Amino acid sequence: MYTWDFSIIYEYRWVFLHGLGITVALTAAIIVGGLAVGMTAAICLLSPFRLLRLVSLCFIEVFRCTPILVQLIWFYYALPIISGIDLSPVTASLIALSCYGGSFYAEIIRGGIVSLDPGQTEAAQALGMRPSLVMRRIVLPQALRRMLPALMNQSILQFKNTSLVSVVAVPDLVYQGQMVAHDSYRPLETYTAVAVGYFAILFPLTLFVRYRERKSKEAR
Amino acid sequence: MSTAPMIEIAALRKSFGPLEVLKDINLKVGAGGVVALLGPSGSGKSTLLRCVNLLVMPDDGAIRVGDTSFTFGRTTTPPRARALADFRAGTGMVFQNFNLFPHMSVLQNVMEAPVYVRKLPKAAARDLAMAQLAKVGLADRAGQRPDTLSGGQKQRVAIARALAMEPRVMLFDEATSALDPELVGEVLQTMQQLAADGMTMLIVTHEIAFAREVADRVVFMRDGYVVEEGPARQVIDNPQTEATRSFLSHFHKGQTAG
Repeated sequence: MYTWDFSIIYEYRWVFLHGLGITVALTAAIIVGGLAVGMTAAICLLSPFRLLRLVSLCFIEVFRCTPILVQLIWFYYALPIISGIDLSPVTASLIALSCYGGSFYAEIIRGGIVSLDPGQTEAAQALGMRPSLVMRRIVLPQALRRMLPALMNQSILQFKNTSLVSVVAVPDLVYQGQMVAHDSYRPLETYTAVAVGYFAILFPLTLFVRYRERKSKEAR
Repeated sequence: MSTAPMIEIAALRKSFGPLEVLKDINLKVGAGGVVALLGPSGSGKSTLLRCVNLLVMPDDGAIRVGDTSFTFGRTTTPPRARALADFRAGTGMVFQNFNLFPHMSVLQNVMEAPVYVRKLPKAAARDLAMAQLAKVGLADRAGQRPDTLSGGQKQRVAIARALAMEPRVMLFDEATSALDPELVGEVLQTMQQLAADGMTMLIVTHEIAFAREVADRVVFMRDGYVVEEGPARQVIDNPQTEATRSFLSHFHKGQTAG
């Protein structure tokens, strides 16, 4: 009979907290990075220029249709061989996760922009606003509000996806958990603690998303 | 007319795919003139109006508003985004569905283009916007959101928003068609005031009585052609073509008595 001993968690608390800190920081970075990638890809998808649309579509499909684990390994191990650029584990993770998340954000953002009443764009154009101004002042503020729940859902997935960076030795929560497990011979307690760590951050966020979704439905 | 017309449209054509919506349209609106475009739905009058500020790009022909002109044809390149925006800035347009910006207050709606297109300082833009709102009788609604207004109020805000760009001409695309009947009057009154102030106006409308009252010329369209045009009262009271007569017969009962 296995006897649980959670006291080791407290012993290793700084290791866990350090890992959690890395995970949160990484998530923040890839949400920002992913949104930048997604916004660019979405605007390119809606561009009148066919080449931009094609490039953007290829980019999105490549990253949507391959596993993030494979992308991480590819950026860390294969890209340096092809291009001669050596990426640190953190850089490789940031790029891979931003591109992966960005490809999903792009579809959300594109959908949000397309769903807006074309009369809004027409009214802005009729006032003499140029396309970039129409986008920045009229379309995006409305569209972003509308897509906020979907963007937050995707960001929650991104938070969990960061757990995969441990394969390229980025010391996130999962990686630190592995270290603790090896060190303490208590993998069950350790991974339970890791799971609780993710849950404690994500559960309140999902509640918030639900709340926002309800609010936006009421507003409509 | 002694001076050059404010709006001049020559040999304009537009097709959507195989459907030819405008077939050789020629039209002039004098400075300070009010022209009403009448006709059954599908006659091309809204498309024509949208061509005047190039929300719809004509296939062929020429358009001039004030001192800016564009020619269209298979060999001419379409105007660039910048030229388009500059042109539209001087051409006010009011839509059937108002198209106010719902994420902004009434005042911000009216200030938006003066600040971001004309690059006026905020304070000057605010004064200008408040003056326009006062003109349409809605200065006291400046801080409200558009969705708290009635349809008639929304349309008057939309008129103020267009006027804040101090346009050379105003285009009205069925400005009262989406309104409840009891709200139509306040919008027509605002438009009538604008006409009296000397604004050059091109109006697509189904309000025959209003057209007869306020427009000095009426253009009747059907199937992409101008079928009849002339002084408003003459065309409406005494139409010359069968098409105009049959269209107007739907309205005549009681509406234009007098």
